[in-house]
Amino acid sequence: MADIAQMDDQEIDPNVLVRVDDLHMHFPIYKGILRRQVGAVKAVDGLTFDIRRGETLGLVGESGCGKSTAGRAILRLYDPTSGHVHINGKDIAELSRTELRKIRPQMQMIFQDPQASLNPRMTVGSIVSEPLDEHGIVSGKEKKARVGELLDAVGLNPSFVNRYPHEFSGGQRQRIGIARALALNPEFIVCDEPIAALDVSIQAQVVNLLEDLQSKLGLTYLFISHDLSMVRHIADRVAVMYLGKIMELTSVDKLFKTPKHPYTKALLSAVPVPDPKIEAKRERIILQGDVPNPANPPKGCVFSTRCPIAEDKCFKDAPKWRDLGGDQYVACHLAG
Amino acid sequence: MDLDSQTSEPVIEVTDLKTVFHTQDGTVYAVNGLSFQLQPGELLGVVGESGCGKSVTMMSLLKLLPMPPAEIVSGTVQFEGKDLLQIDDDELRKIRGGRIGFIFQDPMTSLNPVFTIGFQIMEPLREHLGMDKNEARDKAVELLELVGIPSARERLRDFPHQFSGGMRQRVVIAIALACDPKLLIADEPTTALDVTVQAQILEIVRELRQKLGMAIVWITHDLGVVAGIADRVAVMYGGFIVEYAHVSALFENPQHPYTIALLETLPGTNADGEHRLLSISGQAPNLTHKPNSCPFAPRCKFAFDKCREQNPQLEMRGDDHKVSCWFDVDKNEARA
Repeated sequence: MADIAQMDDQEIDPNVLVRVDDLHMHFPIYKGILRRQVGAVKAVDGLTFDIRRGETLGLVGESGCGKSTAGRAILRLYDPTSGHVHINGKDIAELSRTELRKIRPQMQMIFQDPQASLNPRMTVGSIVSEPLDEHGIVSGKEKKARVGELLDAVGLNPSFVNRYPHEFSGGQRQRIGIARALALNPEFIVCDEPIAALDVSIQAQVVNLLEDLQSKLGLTYLFISHDLSMVRHIADRVAVMYLGKIMELTSVDKLFKTPKHPYTKALLSAVPVPDPKIEAKRERIILQGDVPNPANPPKGCVFSTRCPIAEDKCFKDAPKWRDLGGDQYVACHLAG
Repeated sequence: MDLDSQTSEPVIEVTDLKTVFHTQDGTVYAVNGLSFQLQPGELLGVVGESGCGKSVTMMSLLKLLPMPPAEIVSGTVQFEGKDLLQIDDDELRKIRGGRIGFIFQDPMTSLNPVFTIGFQIMEPLREHLGMDKNEARDKAVELLELVGIPSARERLRDFPHQFSGGMRQRVVIAIALACDPKLLIADEPTTALDVTVQAQILEIVRELRQKLGMAIVWITHDLGVVAGIADRVAVMYGGFIVEYAHVSALFENPQHPYTIALLETLPGTNADGEHRLLSISGQAPNLTHKPNSCPFAPRCKFAFDKCREQNPQLEMRGDDHKVSCWFDVDKNEARA
């Protein structure tokens, strides 16, 4: 019955497209001859946030913090250990395979490496039309027209349908990946580091394309990236992840102008600014040491081992998710 | 660091370096007549997109390229009174890792996984400086402490896989610094690392330069990193240096259309993050054509007939600021 009550909540707030509720994704570690489970890598450890309709939520953090795992678990490309993900009011963490398949068209993914995510032995036409075939939406002439339309929408010449991925540059390949993600008219797209493998001058083209498509088709993005300057450009709100947990979630302006969490501050100060004058004067917060092992996270606050302002209680109690007002949320005892 | 003292002897002087690759699809003109020099203690940032010839240039200096298919067609590399391209392999081996240190992009592939890091740091010390085992071990501990690895003496017995990415790169830096090189060549040393770790490494490099006073060539595609640490910057495109200037002059008053375009592609230059990102249209140059026109002409908004017929030379335009372009962007007219 509790589930039904939650579903009702969903329908009350029509602005929220995706609601992630206490999502955990643990990968078990097996050891010994008997392959007993001796522990778990807590890649995602209790995420709770909403993604509003038509917005871009940036998800940033260092490598290994669990941001890609979070993106995949939200689309149920992994089966989450616990927690709920409501997309359009349906809890996709609980759906059966057949039900899940029916709503797959609503949610799609764009991958980091266009070289690895496109089958080298399929033509562009068959790559882009594969989702259409899978879901049996259109066929024949209509399908051809739809593929042409999609390639056109991502800025590729529709006459390229019979070419293979190796005939394209990195930026063009990423466009093919985007066309494939768009094929089923999704509402929600998880972009997992879509520009990390591209050169600076090409990154801008792909980001512009994503923005154009968003305004034209009303898409909602979860934009996973480690490039803070690009997130600042594209995102409306940003969630900062560290060791499987969200440290801070707020609007992009607030995050960059008045960051509250010590980790956010350190992360922002580590990003080099392409201006020698600013670089010469800037104060840097250099974090000591490395990210702890997610199989054995620190007690209390996960950031406490590297935090420049940690106090006794930070090493004992995990901080609660606090609302600082003005749509700024933070998981820290001392921030505010 | 102030580098106005032009009178001092350069550490390395490269003149008219040309490297080509002979492939099945014809000759690839990777480096097309590069000239540059470094003063003692200077940090030269080399920026450019992938495939512009940054790495090939630096590999050519020490003949680290597989030959064939590579061939260094012409040029001289003067280092400590010798031409590195003329001396025999035995002499060159003494310089590699001794007087000239190298840091490669990926710390996992530049360390040997089957030797302890202690062995790998001690190897150049024993080879180049003729130290015995105990001396070398003490020096290795000193080096590891220098790059900020805690409990250095115990960690000498560890293997590369027991270190994190940032720690591994520190080990690689320690190896490169082992023999107190006069010149350090760093090929994208922080590209594979997270921003917070990158900030740690950059801080180490800033400190070490002051302590050790070596000249550094720092290859990167990140203009932010260059703004933070470089004294001079060489912008490369299509195997040419297209602009060469002091870091402040380059960012304040870029003269080459490519540099201007590259700076414009950076997000957040207008701070509000609202505007569209600018991108450089067109594709990176095809290096299989003989370089007898400006390589940037097909993508350049200022290009005119002369650009497609003649290759501009890198010429002094103003105070210690070299540009290779037929067009004067300040006056908005062709150069006389």
